[in-house]
Amino acid sequence: MKRLLPRAGLAFAVAALVAWSLAPAAWQVLTALKPDRDVVRVPTVYFPHPVTFKHVASLWERKPIGVYLANSAGIAGASTFLSILLAAPAASALGRAGERRRRVLLHGLLALTVFPPILLLYPLYQGVRVLGWLNHPLALVLPYAALSLPLSIWILERGFSQIPRAVEEAAALDGLGPARRVVLIQLPLAAPSLVTAAILVFIFSWNEFMLALTFMTRDARKTITAGIASVSGSSIFEIPWGQLSAAIVIATLPLVFLVLLFEKRIASGLTRGAIKG
Amino acid sequence: MKAKVVAGTLRGERITKDFPGGTRALDGVTFSVDAGRVLTLLGPSGCGKSTLLRIVAGLETATAGSLTLDGESLTDVPAGRRDVGFVFQNYALYPHLSVERNLSLALETRKVPRGEISSRVGEVAKLLGIGKLLERRPRQLSGGEQQRVALGRALVRRPRIYLMDEPLSNLDALLREGMRSELRALFGRLGATVVYVTHDQGEALALSDEILLMKDGKALQSGPPLEIYRRPADVFAATFVGSPRMTIWRGVAESGTFEARGVRFLLPDGIDERELCVGIRPEDVETMADASDGSFEATVTLVEHAGDRDLVSFRAGEEILRALAPPRDWPQKVRVRVPREKLHVFSATTERRIDRPVR
Repeated sequence: MKRLLPRAGLAFAVAALVAWSLAPAAWQVLTALKPDRDVVRVPTVYFPHPVTFKHVASLWERKPIGVYLANSAGIAGASTFLSILLAAPAASALGRAGERRRRVLLHGLLALTVFPPILLLYPLYQGVRVLGWLNHPLALVLPYAALSLPLSIWILERGFSQIPRAVEEAAALDGLGPARRVVLIQLPLAAPSLVTAAILVFIFSWNEFMLALTFMTRDARKTITAGIASVSGSSIFEIPWGQLSAAIVIATLPLVFLVLLFEKRIASGLTRGAIKG
Repeated sequence: MKAKVVAGTLRGERITKDFPGGTRALDGVTFSVDAGRVLTLLGPSGCGKSTLLRIVAGLETATAGSLTLDGESLTDVPAGRRDVGFVFQNYALYPHLSVERNLSLALETRKVPRGEISSRVGEVAKLLGIGKLLERRPRQLSGGEQQRVALGRALVRRPRIYLMDEPLSNLDALLREGMRSELRALFGRLGATVVYVTHDQGEALALSDEILLMKDGKALQSGPPLEIYRRPADVFAATFVGSPRMTIWRGVAESGTFEARGVRFLLPDGIDERELCVGIRPEDVETMADASDGSFEATVTLVEHAGDRDLVSFRAGEEILRALAPPRDWPQKVRVRVPREKLHVFSATTERRIDRPVR
């Protein structure tokens, strides 16, 4: 009996937290499936009746959603690859840098992340224009990879540091140089950290809006977030809530699948970093 | 593996290692191993033996001193380029790679042709009896099997020197004994030069051609196992090597006779010092029925059976003595004698050995 009450309390807290987190998402899904007249009706209509796919269909008709998704996937994928590619050697080197230097560098990286990205918008825009990269995927891939680099390095460094020292020494004695050490030993052994870093970078790149909206002006080059922003009504006074909700759901679903796919590995990656913090 | 091993000769001169923070792990240790010989670095934990081995491997850098392999300096050669095979205490296998790749990785990085890699891996696997395990991952292996793979990883490289850091200490007692004999046979067969680290004196006695006994970062005594056993250089060496342990009594010499607390017996000739430590190995204690020359009375306090021998604890005067003797029904009191040429005599002040070798 003594333990039952706290358990019930815990269960309630978890349920509340889940509801709190899921409610906005659920609201979007419900709105996407409601007929237009129910969307803004007072008193609020909670559940769609009848369920309609009209918003999804008309959205697909009006906007090249498939192209947006493909652009997002390509850019987020390339950013993730580049971010990990650069972070892995850095993390590996940090692991051997000696305690003092390692600390200073890691905290320096952390400090960089505090810098508000909006301050980068104008200089980046200048750079992108000079290079003629407006509407070019690189205009987003490079900044995304760069902005997510500190995060990737932190997570990978954490993962690498869990590898037993003797295993790394064995690799050194087996004649593995720095590059082979990273690829053959450290990344495979820190797979949970690798997956965690990759997913977080991918999500960040997928969701990024400000740079995407600024640098991708042509419809065929837009990412899904920039694309959604261009979903508008027939006048500025009309906001097509149903279609917007449908667009948001479509934009989010791939991430949900991605996370579910790697859920186990992420969980072990996150706690891995947590236990020996 | 057919004698293709080129065994190397290793020399270390006055090797010193200071760790950051001022701890001196090694203090001017000099040692050498000739080609095809097995040198054991023996000592209690913290004596610096593992550090010395890691310096030879290139995993640590010595603060001072020189290290040569076949006359060439190793000082500036990085670990990966030294021609040494290392066996770690906890094996340090690559958990994500198959046994086969654990064995072959070193050869791959050294650009050995693929055909030769597979034939060498096959040879080593056969030699160690792990041929059926090549597809497995390390965690699917027993401790003993992992141990063999760790050994195999060093063997495939055919290095000039094998370095082994307490390779048997993670095995259970039974397996350890079996592996010990196997290692001894393997070393002989390969004609390999081996530097072997252990804190287990039995292992050292069984495996080595030479032992370097270490304590507190210093080399205490070096020589063949039997020599160290027969003539330990000081009280520490005397009690560290040999099992059951040697008994040490403190006392004074009086005209050729040693007197401890309530016990007197004759010393060997030529002992000049007065304050002494005298050591008696359990197997050198003789028991007898009557009061013959040089014997003293002892009370039996404890008998431990050890198969064909009894390990008997006596009280003589106020001293304790341990002896190995053939099993019998032990009376409460016996006469005990230690031939004086079998005593180990040390100075009580320096604890160094002072008796002269018996011819």
